[in-house]
Amino acid sequence: MNPNPYPKLHPGLNLGPAHGVAHEGSEAVLFGFWIFLMSDLIIFGILFATYAASTGPMAIAGGPRPTDLFDLVSVSIQTAFLLASSLTCGMAILAMKYGENVSRVKLWLVVTALLGAGFLTFELRDFASMMAHQGTPMRSAWLSSLYALVGLHGLHITMGLLWILTMLALIQVQRLSNKVKTRLLMFSLYWHFLDVIWIGIFSVVFLAGLV
Amino acid sequence: MSSLFGRLNGDVTPFTEAFNHPSVSSLVAAGAASMVVVGAVALLILLTWFRLWKPLWRDWLTSADHKKIGIMYIVLGLVMLARGVIEGVVMRGHQATALQGGFLSSEHYGELFTTHGTIMVLFVAVPLVVGFINIIVPLQIGARDMAFPVLNQVSLGLTAAGAVLLMVSLVIGKFSTGGWTSYPPYTGVVFSPGVGPDYWIWAVAISGIGSTLSGVNFAATIYKCRAPGMSLMRMPLFTWTALCAAIMLVYAMPPVTVSSLMLALDRYLGFHFFTNDLGGNMMNYANIFWMFGHPEVYILALPAYGVWSEVAATFSAKTIYGYDSLVIATMAIAVISFTVWLHHFFTMGQSTSVNIAFGIATMIIAVPTGVKVYDWMATLWRGRIRMTTPMIYLIGFFILFVIGGLTGVILANPTIDYQVHNTLFLVAHFHNVLIPAVLFGMLAGIHYWFPKLFGFRLDERLGRWTAYLWIVGFCLTFIPLYVLGLMGMPRRMATFTNPSYEPWVLIAGFGALVVLMALIMVLVTIGYSIRYRDKLAVPLGDPWDGRTLEWAIPAPAPAWNFAVIPKINSRDAFSTEKEKGNPYVRPQSYDDIAMPKATAHGFILCVAASVMGFALVWHIWWLTALSFAVIPVALIARAFVRETEQLIPAAEIAHAHDAWLNAVWSTRGVTRDEEDSPANRGLAAPDGGPA
Ligand code: HEM
Ligand SMILES: [Cu+2]
Repeated sequence: MNPNPYPKLHPGLNLGPAHGVAHEGSEAVLFGFWIFLMSDLIIFGILFATYAASTGPMAIAGGPRPTDLFDLVSVSIQTAFLLASSLTCGMAILAMKYGENVSRVKLWLVVTALLGAGFLTFELRDFASMMAHQGTPMRSAWLSSLYALVGLHGLHITMGLLWILTMLALIQVQRLSNKVKTRLLMFSLYWHFLDVIWIGIFSVVFLAGLV
Repeated sequence: MSSLFGRLNGDVTPFTEAFNHPSVSSLVAAGAASMVVVGAVALLILLTWFRLWKPLWRDWLTSADHKKIGIMYIVLGLVMLARGVIEGVVMRGHQATALQGGFLSSEHYGELFTTHGTIMVLFVAVPLVVGFINIIVPLQIGARDMAFPVLNQVSLGLTAAGAVLLMVSLVIGKFSTGGWTSYPPYTGVVFSPGVGPDYWIWAVAISGIGSTLSGVNFAATIYKCRAPGMSLMRMPLFTWTALCAAIMLVYAMPPVTVSSLMLALDRYLGFHFFTNDLGGNMMNYANIFWMFGHPEVYILALPAYGVWSEVAATFSAKTIYGYDSLVIATMAIAVISFTVWLHHFFTMGQSTSVNIAFGIATMIIAVPTGVKVYDWMATLWRGRIRMTTPMIYLIGFFILFVIGGLTGVILANPTIDYQVHNTLFLVAHFHNVLIPAVLFGMLAGIHYWFPKLFGFRLDERLGRWTAYLWIVGFCLTFIPLYVLGLMGMPRRMATFTNPSYEPWVLIAGFGALVVLMALIMVLVTIGYSIRYRDKLAVPLGDPWDGRTLEWAIPAPAPAWNFAVIPKINSRDAFSTEKEKGNPYVRPQSYDDIAMPKATAHGFILCVAASVMGFALVWHIWWLTALSFAVIPVALIARAFVRETEQLIPAAEIAHAHDAWLNAVWSTRGVTRDEEDSPANRGLAAPDGGPA
């Protein structure tokens, strides 16, 4: 006896009973993607640890220090962009889950991509200005670990943008097919995951660097 | 020119080196390079001659069948094993003459231990283990394939790409001399400006990503694709070890990907993670590398333990003793193995209390391992034991592995480690665990599961001789190294001046030849068995009176594995059915089966990754960009493929399955006394041995 034929399969986003086969079909894929994200988390974890171990005077090696390079206003704008994009990403998923409204899904995805691009623009602008003030990754171990950590996150965002574009094209061809639904769920997990990482970067790198 | 060919030019092959500066050392290098070239050319000619290109492409390279992917992994592992063993023999041969200076340059010796170590760990042990998990796990849990068959192809492709880079490095340029651990600052650009460390970096990073993806795939498969009724605590022990190894792959591979890419950033872009200047800290490298390195040895050992569990139970005709404790021990090892990495650098200068903590953790990990050894021995106790080839390996493993484990406990004591750190004592220790546990385990696994894959057994007489040769060869080669280590002989040294080392070095050199014989015997056994495969055929699928699900299907296992997904009611599911007396039942009806379609996806990524690695090593930037671009394009293109599955009609399955069932019913089963005779067609009859 199973009162609910569509059990909640995984934490995160589920399609629910209205989606039938797609709901079950996404089970193994989403689970696998969760595991994959955990291994990605280890990569970030190591870079966080390396960063934390590279903030002392030895690692700064007489080069510029956090207070010389960080621009909290710009970082806050980036944070706002990214958090907002998580919200719009969630809206895209809700539009898919309730109503299966293709054009609304597409709209929210486009907004998410724009916000992500805004984030990247500000991040690259920051990198450029840091480099103009001797803050290149070749200057010191601290800067190497800074660029590696923040840069890897930026790289993930870039891949995410590519993913959104692919999804838009895919939706154009296949509408909201079962496969498309599963892929959208994966994408949203990925995008929220990057948000969480960013919160870590914002606190460990930027806030801690400026206190 | 240099923008077109990067650092490549006509002088980078060992042939030019041997021509310009002929010496034994450079001739050996040229000989090795020609073996690669001749081997490759011979392969191309043979494939063309026998018109095998099309079958190779259609049935293997593009196949998404987990069994075929697993077989390809194992073939890769065996090919690389041949190279690794030959390198080991050359090193031992060199050291046997090293008092007189030896025949290799020390540079060449450095390359040899680096490639040998890298190959043995990442391109022999990993492919063998991953190959077996691939083949056996779906069969044991009653699944038709991996959770992600195409991802599986990609994993194989990336692992193979790393192996390709190692083979290419024999012919074009030189490999690193920095050891399989590749510690900076020595492997940094200041001390090693050549291409060697770059070959190491890309081989390790690319294949490491492949292994991570394997881990994801295995874990998802075991969690999500089990047959109904196959609860976790009903899973066969090999599957349990595979699950733990899979989780460990997911957590342990990322560190080595990161540490090698950080080393790459230092080398290529002038970052300062591990340099001597501007704040770089090489100790961070040691930490990150061994966060991978130590769990890695258990990733290899656990599935081998899984093989031992299956072998011990099957060839004693008993249920495994202490199933629960074996599961708990497996999980305990998987967890504790992440907490001991520092024992690889007790001498690095951290405080005594840190050393003590990691020393104790290291000793603790011996406890669950000990539990397992006792469980296996208790399984044999009063069993109806047949001394088949896998059992001989098991006995060798019992004795030798316990010695190796005990020397590990000795090394776990930091004060002792200070004395023997970086000596041959350590080399003896890790060979003493890796060879009896992992390599013997894989060889036993080959004997045990070969019939399931190919439909015939391997010849027992040759198999037993091979096993004895491995055991004797191992003892002769590696026991002397304990003595040498205690006498103070350092590892990774090409020559020595102390004459009292010589007798032991000579014994080890002789032993290496015995090991080489054993390896040749493996090939002879396979060749002989292929020749006499009709006499050894076991098409009915159960040659050893097996206990787990994989023995309940025909041999070779059909593409769909199970005509009808079985329902599981117990541990040792197949044994239970046999005890009930009716293991072979015709299903009431058959359904169409959807199987993944063949695709060139994994192969394309393999080529792209190999070319990209090569281009990065030689600084050929346009080619790097080009081959890198292939990867996202291939991934995106894959998303647009609609039909990824093909339907196998129920009639076809019914036809094959019924034919097999009829054969089962019209054949006389054999008792265990006739296991090793041509009468064994793979149908087990109950026999009166002790239960
Ligand atoms: C089968 C015969 C084998 C022989 C004759 C052999 C021989 C050797 C020799 C001579 C060395 C160099 C010792 C030194 O001077 O430091 C070495 C190193 C090593 N071997 Fe083996 N070995 C064999 C099998 C294996 C296997 C099966 C594995 C692993 C699965 C393995 C893993 C290693 C590793 C990791 C190193 C260290 C490389 C380094 O120093 O970076 N070997 N072996
Ligand atoms: Cu270790």
